[in-house]
Amino acid sequence: MSMMTYRQAVHDTLQAEMRRDPDVLLLGEEIGVFEGSYKITAGLLAEFGEKRVRDTPIAEEGFTGAAVGAAMLGLRPVVEIMTINFSLLALDQIINHAAKIYGMFGGQTSVPLVIRTPGGGGQQLGATHSQNIELFYAFVPGMKVVAPSTPADAKALLLAAIRDDDPVLFLENLALYNTRGEVPDDDTPAEIGRAAVTREGTDITLIGYSRMATVALAVAEDLARTDGIDVEVVDLRSLRPLDRETIVASVRKTGCAVVVEDDWLTYGIGAEIAATISDGAFDDLDAPVRRVAMAEVPLPYAKPLETAALPSAHDVARAVRETLDAVGWSAPALPTPETRS
Amino acid sequence: MSRAAPLPSHDTTTTTSVTPPSREGRIGAAQPSRKDQATTAQPSHEDTTLTTPPSREDQLARYQQMLLIRRFEERAARAYTEAEVGGYCHLNLGEEATVVGLMAALEPTDYLFTNYREHGYALCRGISPGRIMAELYGRRDGVSGGWGGSMHLFDAQSRLLGGYGIVGGQLPLATGAALAVDYRSGSEVVMCLMGEGTTNIGAFHESLNIAALWGLPVVYVVINNGTGMGTTVEQSSAEPEIFRRAASYRMASARVDGTDPVAVEHAAAEAVAVARTGRPYLLEATSERLRGHSVVDPAAYRSPETVAAVRAADPVALLAAALLADGVDEETLAAIDTQVLADVAEAVAFAEASEHPDPSTLFDHTYATPVPNDSRRLPGDALYPAAPRPAGRTPGTTSSGAPATPARPAGLGASTVTQHTGAHA
Repeated sequence: MSMMTYRQAVHDTLQAEMRRDPDVLLLGEEIGVFEGSYKITAGLLAEFGEKRVRDTPIAEEGFTGAAVGAAMLGLRPVVEIMTINFSLLALDQIINHAAKIYGMFGGQTSVPLVIRTPGGGGQQLGATHSQNIELFYAFVPGMKVVAPSTPADAKALLLAAIRDDDPVLFLENLALYNTRGEVPDDDTPAEIGRAAVTREGTDITLIGYSRMATVALAVAEDLARTDGIDVEVVDLRSLRPLDRETIVASVRKTGCAVVVEDDWLTYGIGAEIAATISDGAFDDLDAPVRRVAMAEVPLPYAKPLETAALPSAHDVARAVRETLDAVGWSAPALPTPETRS
Repeated sequence: MSRAAPLPSHDTTTTTSVTPPSREGRIGAAQPSRKDQATTAQPSHEDTTLTTPPSREDQLARYQQMLLIRRFEERAARAYTEAEVGGYCHLNLGEEATVVGLMAALEPTDYLFTNYREHGYALCRGISPGRIMAELYGRRDGVSGGWGGSMHLFDAQSRLLGGYGIVGGQLPLATGAALAVDYRSGSEVVMCLMGEGTTNIGAFHESLNIAALWGLPVVYVVINNGTGMGTTVEQSSAEPEIFRRAASYRMASARVDGTDPVAVEHAAAEAVAVARTGRPYLLEATSERLRGHSVVDPAAYRSPETVAAVRAADPVALLAAALLADGVDEETLAAIDTQVLADVAEAVAFAEASEHPDPSTLFDHTYATPVPNDSRRLPGDALYPAAPRPAGRTPGTTSSGAPATPARPAGLGASTVTQHTGAHA
């Protein structure tokens, strides 16, 4: 195990995979000389050269599509799209081509492509640079979408994504780049399509992914300390395929669920999770599934407005308490000095 | 089938000899920006006469191929009106000379990307007419296994890397295929076809820019039939002489008469030769679309004069007339037609005899790498089977009938959860 940042984990994994497999190459805007807008690719141009670390023109459709075409011939391109907002310029190549080519031609060629891109608000970047639109890709069969929340998962899921023969959107998050965690030293890929229970509990299930999975975990620890609530936390990790079994198994145990997401509520990822719980744990549910999501506005620039719009730990804790209040939950009695032996 | 192997990269040492073509105009890389392009030999206008006339044997072979496309497309149109072919169906009628000329310039190891008007290209790549017709019929033996249809023909073996239904979608893909060839220091060339309307889309400009910047072995070919569906090239392109658009990327380009298969072949051979040295090329072939945009379009927007002009430019009729003028007898041409019609009839019989794909194969091609929790739900299926409602259950109790209190027995419910192995475990 090594302690490192999420940024370092992504960087080191890219570097290791490029050393391991000469078919892995990187394409993106400003990833070479400039070393990436968020410095994920620092030092890689110097090590691997211009052939394998390609600075592209500002042409998301062109270079993303070129990566799809190169993948059809067996290369394993890893594309960096500077932020997920700019992936909208490449939608046709991602959705109409990368996600379709394997099936539309009857399985004759696969597209082993990775698109790395960060989402996330909270940096005062305004409405067009703060979106969480991973749903667009998670909606599409043929795509795989992973959303690691920890440095360890960033490594394991990036290993899996690069070695996978399908197009994988690898969702990063601006607010996670500097977070730290223990990362295993071995090169064991994660299994795409599996969620993880990151904290076991009995009273209520919190479900999130990417940044909100870390918020959920922090809230769970706080509530255990302050309210005596035993929260179970599910980190989705994979948005497509979606691990419904892990979600449903947890809610069958706890009887209550709050879904936390950085995207918008209406039609969002949380809506699919809530529907899944309704289908799979209806008879075990003691309260409606609550969703905590971004306010449905174009995210404003001014700090107080931006802060008000983004889901916070406070919002999550409130949703948990209100859900448990609704089912008449009360905290177990704290041990008194008399009962202590 | 399971995950297909990546298309192999073949190293060819074949060189293409180039005979200077006749053409209507050309421009070259007027101002090479890079030293390695400064030596680019741009053909001059003096080159535009053919040094040797095509042999009669070659011309008859071209006629046979062009007529095969003509008869195949006519039969496809009939099958469409008989509802044997579904979806959209775009035909190469009127473009036969362009198709035959372009395909003659490619090596078998070269890669081809096309748009949705591509049956003729598939025929010329050597794919059996039966497998192409079977794809139109949506059958298991179709080139794409019935998954693609008329617009999405794909055959890894003949390196037809797809017809694409989204206008312009194939351009970045072809550019990327050329990147892969270049990355592996291969000698293959990628040819990418499009209509003239496609040159107004962003993907055209992004792709040509990238190909020129990176020196990729790709030939972009614009089939300029003068109209989108009904919108004319003058209405849609500020530079209607499409080949001139290459100048923005300092890319060599040329325009050729697409009704002359020999001229097209020579122009394409030159373009391919340039691309094989690592410099992209834009070739424009002018031709007429003999019928409407697709089978269902009666082309009512065309004036009688336009219809007459289109008919006068029919490349199959033009070549037949030239062959007759050259002394070929009518019986020879009729015999070719008889054989071609028999081939097409055989293709239809093959398609009709091929089985429909079985619905049990519906989920076979979602992912090349299997993953857990991949949805295989049919439209009416419940995600979870409905459980019988427990007798006597009232709101506020759990399914076990117990009060909804926090004092849940530990381990209630299936414990199939996956334990997290990361930092938070």
